[in-house]
Amino acid sequence: MILANDVLPLLGVAVLETTYMVVMSTLFALLLGLPLGIALVVTSDGHISGLPNIHSAISTVVNIFRSFPFIILIVLILPLSRWLVGTTLGSTAAVVPLAIGSAPFLARLIENSLKEVEKGKIEAALSIGAKPFMIIWKVMIPEALPSLIRGITLAIITITGFTATAGAIGAGGLGSLAIRFGYMRYRNDVLIATVVVLVVMVEVIQWTGNFIAHWLERKHH
Amino acid sequence: MINIQGLSKTFNTADGKVYALRNINLQITESDIFGVIGFSGAGKSTLIRCLNRLEEPDSGSIWIGNDEITSLNKQQLREARKHIGMIFQHFNLFDSKTVFENIAFPLEVAQFSKRQIRERVEQLLDLVELTEKTNAYPYQLSGGQKQRVGIARALANNPAVLLSDEATSALDPKTTYSILELLKNINQKFNLTIVLITHEMDVLRRICNHVAVIEDGSITEMGSVHDLFTNPQTDTTRLFVQSDIELQQNNYVI
Repeated sequence: MILANDVLPLLGVAVLETTYMVVMSTLFALLLGLPLGIALVVTSDGHISGLPNIHSAISTVVNIFRSFPFIILIVLILPLSRWLVGTTLGSTAAVVPLAIGSAPFLARLIENSLKEVEKGKIEAALSIGAKPFMIIWKVMIPEALPSLIRGITLAIITITGFTATAGAIGAGGLGSLAIRFGYMRYRNDVLIATVVVLVVMVEVIQWTGNFIAHWLERKHH
Repeated sequence: MINIQGLSKTFNTADGKVYALRNINLQITESDIFGVIGFSGAGKSTLIRCLNRLEEPDSGSIWIGNDEITSLNKQQLREARKHIGMIFQHFNLFDSKTVFENIAFPLEVAQFSKRQIRERVEQLLDLVELTEKTNAYPYQLSGGQKQRVGIARALANNPAVLLSDEATSALDPKTTYSILELLKNINQKFNLTIVLITHEMDVLRRICNHVAVIEDGSITEMGSVHDLFTNPQTDTTRLFVQSDIELQQNNYVI
């Protein structure tokens, strides 16, 4: 199968748009998800800032957001996109629901990683007189870093998938190209090309994440 | 130096209330090496963890120096903890930090300058004889070396008291001996008060001056190590002394 000349530029733009959406959404999802994930751990009963009521409240909110099908969440968040970026179309507008939709997922992944940090290490930091802030940034996060990297890698791949869904309702990127050109105009070559590019992107992300996590583990263990 | 009055602690478990400590009264003088011995589950670990409030007591009071530990708020407790070092059975080093960074951590917490931290860490590395391991990570160290890092970290802020929670229980006899020698040395050099818990009589005999035997959350016997060995008052203590004598004989035969 030969890819027609008209498709390559479109594919190039789509890759850039998808990359842009993935990078921006991941950054904003981290901005929301990291504090939430940390809060979920440290407020749990018996942890450094044990506040079981706050923990339950955050946990409930995270679960509610996680139970929305992503496409429904996009529609619900569209007014917020309009308010924040002035439009509901295009890659920038899509970053809003992508970030909000994936932040709770990321928060759970971060929670799981940070929960793995041995209690003894946290007690050692407590016995030294460290404040919660120091324990979080200087002990828990560095100790859990390989696991955090693996979790974030998983989230980036999920976000890449979400961008394709967002493409269905005007976000641009590879998903949009696949649907508007490949599916609606019966261009199988375009459809296949987008899928191949997505597979390559996911492979690269996974490989990079594994590489960094593995490097950290080899360094410390 | 350390004064414990009417200390009690219960845990709520699935099987109901468990009394970990019952009305403990204990005085430890300055620069003493005080051992607490008991079988596992006797409450000794809870007792030592109450001293820096890793475990919150239910009632009673604990004085360390001029601080009433049991009445401090969170901020005051953090300050007090800087002067109460602690070492652990499983060392609890930070795997992502080098030996240098592990020892530097309490100094960072206490907000010393980079230069002061470097000087102090170098002193401590010299003290525990690990200068050549400055940039090693914990996984590259033996158990004994890990505990030396733990000791250096616990001493970083010049504490008045060192709490040792079964610090040699995960080590072989030879390494145990060298760690105990180090503790003894530190005790003499810095007039440091050491409170250690153990289930090994050998540890008591080698470095402790005074000892308390704890059983089922209560102190059953207290006094000098010499008296404990020569004139045990309770069955538990006699059991400990007996097992120690057997151990000595076995070692002799081997």
